[in-house]
Amino acid sequence: MEAATKKQKLVVIGNGMAPGRALEHLFEMAPDAYDVTIFNAEPRVNYDRIMLSPVLSGEKAFEEIIIHGDGWYIKHGITLYKGHKIVGIDLTAKTVTSDAGTTETYDKLLIATGSVPFVLPVPGNNLPGVLTYRDLDDVNAMLLAAQSRARAVVIGGGLLGLEAAAGLKSRGMDVTVLHIMPTLMERQLDPAAGYLLEQAVEQRGIRVMTKASTKEIIGQTKVEGVLLADGTILSADLVVMAAGIRPNAMLAKEVGLETNRGIVVDGGMRTSDSDVFSIGECAEVGGQCYGLVAPLYEMARVVSAQLAGDADAKFVHSETPTKLKVTGINLFSVGDLGEGDDRQEIVLRDAAAGVYKRLVLKDDRIIGTVLYGETSDGAWFHDLTKKRTDISEMRDTLIFGQSYQGGSPLDPMAAVAALPDDAEICGCNGICKGKITGAISGKGLTSLDDVRAHTKASASCGSCTGLVEQLLSITLGDSYNPSAVTPMCGCTDLGHDDVRRLIKAKKLKSIPAVMQELEWKTSCGCAKCRPALNYYLIADWPDEYADDYQSRFINERVHANIQKDGTYSVVPRMWGGVTNSRELRAIADVVDKFEIPAVKVTGGQRIDMLGIKKEDLPAVWADLGKAGFISGQAYAKGLRTVKTCVGTDWCRFGTQDSTGLGIRIEKFMWGSWTPAKVKMAVSGCPRNCAEATCKDVGIICVDSGYEIHFAGAAGLDIKGTEVLGMVRTEDEALEHVVALTQMYREQGRYLERIYKWAKRVGLDEIRRQIMQDDAKRRGYFERFVFSQKFAQVDPWSERVSGVDKHEFQPMASVSYQQAAE
Amino acid sequence: MNWVEIGTINDIPRRGARCVNTPDGKIAVFRTMEDQIFAIDDHCPHKGGPLSQGIVHGAAVTCPLHNWVISLETGKALGADEGSVKTIAVKRDGDRILALLELAAVAAE
Repeated sequence: MEAATKKQKLVVIGNGMAPGRALEHLFEMAPDAYDVTIFNAEPRVNYDRIMLSPVLSGEKAFEEIIIHGDGWYIKHGITLYKGHKIVGIDLTAKTVTSDAGTTETYDKLLIATGSVPFVLPVPGNNLPGVLTYRDLDDVNAMLLAAQSRARAVVIGGGLLGLEAAAGLKSRGMDVTVLHIMPTLMERQLDPAAGYLLEQAVEQRGIRVMTKASTKEIIGQTKVEGVLLADGTILSADLVVMAAGIRPNAMLAKEVGLETNRGIVVDGGMRTSDSDVFSIGECAEVGGQCYGLVAPLYEMARVVSAQLAGDADAKFVHSETPTKLKVTGINLFSVGDLGEGDDRQEIVLRDAAAGVYKRLVLKDDRIIGTVLYGETSDGAWFHDLTKKRTDISEMRDTLIFGQSYQGGSPLDPMAAVAALPDDAEICGCNGICKGKITGAISGKGLTSLDDVRAHTKASASCGSCTGLVEQLLSITLGDSYNPSAVTPMCGCTDLGHDDVRRLIKAKKLKSIPAVMQELEWKTSCGCAKCRPALNYYLIADWPDEYADDYQSRFINERVHANIQKDGTYSVVPRMWGGVTNSRELRAIADVVDKFEIPAVKVTGGQRIDMLGIKKEDLPAVWADLGKAGFISGQAYAKGLRTVKTCVGTDWCRFGTQDSTGLGIRIEKFMWGSWTPAKVKMAVSGCPRNCAEATCKDVGIICVDSGYEIHFAGAAGLDIKGTEVLGMVRTEDEALEHVVALTQMYREQGRYLERIYKWAKRVGLDEIRRQIMQDDAKRRGYFERFVFSQKFAQVDPWSERVSGVDKHEFQPMASVSYQQAAE
Repeated sequence: MNWVEIGTINDIPRRGARCVNTPDGKIAVFRTMEDQIFAIDDHCPHKGGPLSQGIVHGAAVTCPLHNWVISLETGKALGADEGSVKTIAVKRDGDRILALLELAAVAAE
């Protein structure tokens, strides 16, 4: 038994960025002090809320903005209740209770309930189609609405509203921003910069209406439009309320904690109950609530120190710069921008270059800064403000920035080099220059990702990425080259495209040959490059290259899908989703015989048998094979399913034999490996019951022929397909689909889905080669057919006949020593 | 503890692994590109993934479930992850592989 001190129980309500950061600090300072339980009203782990805008615009995937994956919670022994909202706190008994009825006791309680979006109190504000912009659910709802490519109205021309508008616009919506004040972002920008911003936003095709007061959201059963106070009616299918946030102090107020605008806390983040702390957007410290991440992280630092026993830790207010995360618009603002008799200002305008800079001075010191268009000196100006530097000596050239001071050169790098070590580089995380350069040289960091992992600099909103890269260059000299292509992995400096090109050019036909000739830095590669090389070689030399099974992920090595408990699932092909009683009976018999615990119909119109022991796989396949089944390759970077609808066989709307075409495509194309999985569908009419318009390749049958679609996605990303073109006959449809797939096989980077490849090489180029260039198309088609000669072999029947037997049997079994021995 | 024969080097493919069942759970026995042999518990310190099913590179294996990289020599997680798995002493006698176990071999394949 553990002796000595018993761990205290810390319960955290809320799982956002502030409590996440607080726990990181706490585990560093006092790893064994607390058992931690978190209640999260959102059904997920902690993610970077600042980066929701890039997710909305499609520049990032949700996975890329996760701060703490599930593993982090497990590693620290945290109990995380996902989707549990706390509805009651008993301060006397020291318990909290969730809406699901779970009750937990605490020694210390941390309330971090964040904020709630402000919803305008106007009629119609609860109609379906009215959204707020706060969490991932909101983003997903907006993405769904954006698919219909209809009209959106965003209410609020502040930071959030503009980011939402830009995101929706980039997703193809027609967007109008309504702002009640005369200029955009009036709290952070002066009118001149607000005007420039408005112009830049309008140039992106987003309509901006200022002095627009919303009177009513109109609509019968869902949103149809917005009525303004001046009588204007804007039609809209989606209304996003981004008019501000309010601290979420409801629960604290109900249970009798002192609240004002937010939950009132002292400098040590302690509420009116000494065992209850509060941080984040819900907390009010020194009469002020905060919404930007830097002060919230400061709160996290303070509360973790308090919890670890440092009673002296105190929150200190500091000004935080504002930056807008809309690609192509550079904007920086911090401090006091008001005018007054005791103030002076320095302004620089360059209309042609779209640059506006304004410094507000008081007593020869900078108290406010607005930069628009060119923001690289923001950190320097902010630093001068924080240090209250007397600028009278350099006043004449001050506005031109740091590189113009003291006759130093115009090299932007020199400006960063000249920053003092305590100059703040990353505002979100409060990381100064010295800490970054110290980590680079002290820990031997060589890349942006390294710096992010070790210091967190530029790991939140990312707007200081350029500065961090400059610090890398300054510290590392020529050995840092940020413009270089991203290498395949740590084993090489070459990117995927270079490797593919060199494999062809140098006629490299084995993994060791590639590693030797291209000067791999490791003897044996790694789990990233080996599967990629194996694919490239098999795609380029189908007849000569011997597939290296030890370079395949386990699923492709054993032709089944590994599950979390180490068992496997098996999915046989069910051509075009069509089956019959004999096949179903055979599956039922296999399920009974091998006591398979779960059977499920997949999204691709076939049947999945889950929970099969590895040793049983060959016998399962043998029985399935007797019934005529082959592997469905549900594990493969290759053709998965071809979904179909019933077409002219049965459907009164069907225009062509969509089932027959789907089966024909599946039978023709199964086998060859592709860079990533390929899912297809054929719909018999534009009603599109087979959902062909979110597949890698889809066909919509119409009376006059076949409309070929491609580059759709319905996974991490949701994206409708693009039209490749229209063909008249089934034979042509097959040839075009095959040629398109082969073009992707030859150009795609390993694990790059068709829609990402298409975005990279350009839709028009693909259309030109496949639709217009007959010789090219024939060439692709023939190379695919050649590859199929070697690839179209059922891996299950191979293994039933003894291939790779060692994969499925233990090498030995040993038992406790016999007494006799 | 005694040295128990668990198989021969030819039973394991280069850059591959085989399992040995024991009353205390599965052991994963690895053979590297250079024919070095290592044995560790077949249980990733992260979420218990079967390490024997991972891709072997150098003297390390990448777990098939969530891509943790485990050193075959020390059993420790490499890179930013932290955790470790038990290693089991192995030696070769010609082609035979022996492991230091508190057990006796019953049957090889």
